[in-house]
Amino acid sequence: MLGRLGFDALPFYSAIAFGGASITVLGGLVVLLLVTYFGKWRYFWEEWLTSLDHKRIGIMYIALALVMLVRGFVDALMMRSQQAIALNSNGYLAPEHFDQVFSSHGTIMIFFMAMPFLTGLINIVVPQQIGARDVAFPFMNSISLWLTAAGAALVMVSLVIGKFSTAGWTGYPPYSGAEYSPGVGVDYWIWALLVSGVGSTMTGINFIVTILKCRAPKMRLMQMPLFTWTTLCTSILMAFAFPALTVVAAMLGLDRILGFHFFTNDAGGNMMNYANLLWIWGHPEVYILILPAFGIYSEVTATFSQKRLFGYASLVYATAAITILSFSVWLHHFFTMGSSPNVNAVFGIATMIIAVPTGVKIFDWVFTMYKGRIIFHPAMLFTIGFLVTFVLGGVSGVLLALPPADYLMHNSTFLVAHFHNVLIPGALFGYFAGFQYWFPKATGFTLNKAWGVRSFWFWIIGFYLAFMPLYALGFLGMSRRMERYDVAEWQPYLIVAAVGALSVLIGIFCQGMQLYVSIRDRNKNIDVTGDPYNGRTLEWQTSSPPAEYNFAKIPDVQEIDAFWDMKQRGVAYAPASDYEDIHLPRNTGVGVILGGLGFLIGFAVTWYIWWLVVLCVLGVAACLITRASQDNTFEIIPAAEIEAHEKARSKALEEHKPAPGDFWT
Amino acid sequence: MDAQTHSAKKLITGFILALILTLIPFAAVWTMAFPVGVIFGIIALCAVVQVGVHLYYFLGINSKAPTEKVLAICFAGILIFLMVGGTLWIMFDLYERMM
Repeated sequence: MLGRLGFDALPFYSAIAFGGASITVLGGLVVLLLVTYFGKWRYFWEEWLTSLDHKRIGIMYIALALVMLVRGFVDALMMRSQQAIALNSNGYLAPEHFDQVFSSHGTIMIFFMAMPFLTGLINIVVPQQIGARDVAFPFMNSISLWLTAAGAALVMVSLVIGKFSTAGWTGYPPYSGAEYSPGVGVDYWIWALLVSGVGSTMTGINFIVTILKCRAPKMRLMQMPLFTWTTLCTSILMAFAFPALTVVAAMLGLDRILGFHFFTNDAGGNMMNYANLLWIWGHPEVYILILPAFGIYSEVTATFSQKRLFGYASLVYATAAITILSFSVWLHHFFTMGSSPNVNAVFGIATMIIAVPTGVKIFDWVFTMYKGRIIFHPAMLFTIGFLVTFVLGGVSGVLLALPPADYLMHNSTFLVAHFHNVLIPGALFGYFAGFQYWFPKATGFTLNKAWGVRSFWFWIIGFYLAFMPLYALGFLGMSRRMERYDVAEWQPYLIVAAVGALSVLIGIFCQGMQLYVSIRDRNKNIDVTGDPYNGRTLEWQTSSPPAEYNFAKIPDVQEIDAFWDMKQRGVAYAPASDYEDIHLPRNTGVGVILGGLGFLIGFAVTWYIWWLVVLCVLGVAACLITRASQDNTFEIIPAAEIEAHEKARSKALEEHKPAPGDFWT
Repeated sequence: MDAQTHSAKKLITGFILALILTLIPFAAVWTMAFPVGVIFGIIALCAVVQVGVHLYYFLGINSKAPTEKVLAICFAGILIFLMVGGTLWIMFDLYERMM
């Protein structure tokens, strides 16, 4: 009846595992109780969970990302503390538990922190940047969100029921095959990836169509803001790369459950093809994570340098070049697999070439800042921290691109230091910058500055303390993923790295405080104009938070920095009279239900509860057919209502007419 | 998207062709009537023709398709060339070195 699910799946075998499970369950219960206590269930269901409004979907994505950031960071803290004390000692984590921790850290940070974070920012900002009222497929957007959440829920549930994978976030066979990992861990991992991967693919398709088809009619491609450009390229990468992950995870699942032999040791299986297929997705994924952050840096640098972006065209072409090149370098993740020197050389050279467009971008941002009157908003601090730190990570990457050097560094902590050095400043700092920058646009009030600055300093100092020692440890010969070691020389470095992790912890605490203080004082920090930084792109023309329909009138775009140009011509807030009815999608709960069914399918397959799988698949079909046969999926906002709303806004703007000195400093 | 691209006749023709192109590889594997190498060739050929059938009959891509669609297909073609070509190169290179 319940497959292989029994009472022994509960974590009573280890105090630490039990503690983790208890915190997860209690955290969930506290949220449920609070919502019940304040009687907000109806509000949450009607205004948020069922919403098809891209801005609300974006906020929910970011909320998910922040929760998962804390979870993934707890994993990091556990690894750093274990390694700091594990000289000739078992530390406090059993080997199998340590393996679960590094596997879930990687999986969570890539799939359930970074992906939802960037998707959330894209959702909130891109339709507004192109003068659109919504994304191309609002219902599909809701499904994407809930499938991503379902994948995250599968990883969280593995804390309480059963165990997570011990095969690392890449899950290489044959270790991850049924023979060597017979438990449920790898199955949880596979289904978390499969369920959320479908969501990411659909997000990619959605934003390609949104950007190509829903722009304000006069906006040409070469007038799109840089964040929109990088989103377009990221979406293309998502749509083309994620199918490779879906295929490879499904093949591994077939190996494990139905006894196929794609990647097994025997019967003609070839595990090397797993590495090949995984990284066909995996390398573009790196750029999926980093390109939106590059877009954010471009917006932030231009706004807070109070200058037009330097080299707009070169930034666009560099982004496009990276998009194509990112599909031609995947073998550098397995140089040591034993390919012939010619194969390794080709991919090594391709890897070095991809550093060129990235270098072009760095110079563009530096030249944008040159002779600008820079405002040190926390978003700008994260951007400057990125510029300095990311160059180090890029240089260590070019070093690793040399196959002979890679043979020495492969699987050492040098590699760990390298990819954290590109992904934390390159991607995560970008999302933080975007969070600080667009927060008033999403919520209607600005974030507290002091706590933002503090969080930046603790993050960047913590980053250097945590990862520079790992470069040195790599040279000293330390492998990654060691839960104990017997080289006394390593320990001082690992203690410094643990101190770095503590500094990052304080940084995350500061971010929490920033949110708390800003929400507490929200009435003092209201963003009345919708344009708190004297912005350049169209999202600053809408009110903060924007009306459901974003733009009452589709903006008339004539320049690259469309909103800046309108302000120069004095037409940014030109009053209109002839408003028309606006059609917007009606909220629907089908997305939530599909997410729930996706979660149940993953859970049921993991535990071999086959009747539940069949039931849920039928449920998915029923949902899709019901939804497809609904006619009444749009609602109309009447022109009179829009006119009233816009008049109120004009009045507020009139009272708070921004003078040059009023902007955020 | 005109009515022509989605006429019932075209869709049904495409469906039947797709069905045939799916049954041929299954039959080849089921009967094992040819040497394994030939069967691989048959499966690959049917897969490629199947892609063409889908593009022409279901997505309405023909010689008169607008430039943006042609560009999208060229882009997909480049990526498929990189992915499939790269995989074949890498895996056969490994195979030779294992011999």
